[in-house]
Amino acid sequence: MTTEPKTNPPLGRVIVITSGKGGVGKTTSSAAISAALAKKGFRTVVIDFDVGLRNLDMTMGCERRVVFDFINVIQGDAKLKQALIKDKRVDTLSILPTSQTRDKDALTKEGVEKVLTELKADFDYIVCDSPAGIEHGAQMAMYFADEAVVVTNPEVSSVRDSDRVLGLLSSQTKRAETQGAEPIKAQVLITRYDQERVDRGEMMTVDDVLEILAVPLLGVVPESKAILKASNVGTPVTLDGPSAASQAYNDAVSRLTGTQVEMRIQGERRPGLFQRLFGRAS
Amino acid sequence: MNLFGFGRKKHPPATAQTAKDRLQILLAHERSSSGSAEADYLPMLQRDIVAAIRKHVPIGDKDVDVRMERGDNMSSLEINIDLPAVKAN
Repeated sequence: MTTEPKTNPPLGRVIVITSGKGGVGKTTSSAAISAALAKKGFRTVVIDFDVGLRNLDMTMGCERRVVFDFINVIQGDAKLKQALIKDKRVDTLSILPTSQTRDKDALTKEGVEKVLTELKADFDYIVCDSPAGIEHGAQMAMYFADEAVVVTNPEVSSVRDSDRVLGLLSSQTKRAETQGAEPIKAQVLITRYDQERVDRGEMMTVDDVLEILAVPLLGVVPESKAILKASNVGTPVTLDGPSAASQAYNDAVSRLTGTQVEMRIQGERRPGLFQRLFGRAS
Repeated sequence: MNLFGFGRKKHPPATAQTAKDRLQILLAHERSSSGSAEADYLPMLQRDIVAAIRKHVPIGDKDVDVRMERGDNMSSLEINIDLPAVKAN
């Protein structure tokens, strides 16, 4: 792992975390990925696009530090610097929370572009946490993206919605509309993967999902108790001590930044026979 | 389950394969309709059929029922028309 010197000109790369379906782990993944990027030394900002249903602030543990938000900046009521919240754990990480009271129409294409352009001058990675659905908020989150992480559970409705979102990424975005532009680099992040259930034939395998969606795999995050534990205390799982989920997110982020990492699918350690017979350790 | 509650468990059918098959069929269709959520020509088709039949037989809007069944290799379109009873002259 190399730590990028902070004096380099910023990369200014916009990554949207999207999925179509709700509840698959977009915000959890946005928090985990942005924290892992920042830990690697990349100047990273994570933006909440879910106007009206602000939740990234809680996942990141900064809900009591929100003064101004993304919408205030778009509407010119606050400066970007005032709205950015610096993370207290990793100094290369910032959070741009959204408004809890306005509605999604406050996100204008021009406004979003202006804020993103300003952020690109200071940050290596700009992570956009998309709302669920495929309406205006989700469209604004993906429109200016250079890369997309499509969060998918190995479950029929999630895979179907991911397919739909992949269609939108390749047609309803700036890169898609600009002649000669390279298309958005979309990758799928499979979350809530349960190897035990896959082995029993109860859950689609990674290969099943990839065969259907036909996009590269960014990583596989196993179903893990560490996720809820981390969100309970407002810590991105990648900053919350070792766990299979944290490892999987760190691997995914290494791939995102161009490092080859072997795809390993870890489950949580299963209790052995001894443990199962003689009570619950841990 | 046998006497001691373990041993040979009867294996339930693997449902993951069913999930994959269903998705592949559905998405093949959804992708071909180029992004629009669903081919929404069925209501228009129904209206046209009603109009065509009305030229010859007096039927109401509700007398035509159009159904679509999508399969792996073949899709079928089922059209049921309730014709008014023929009155004896």
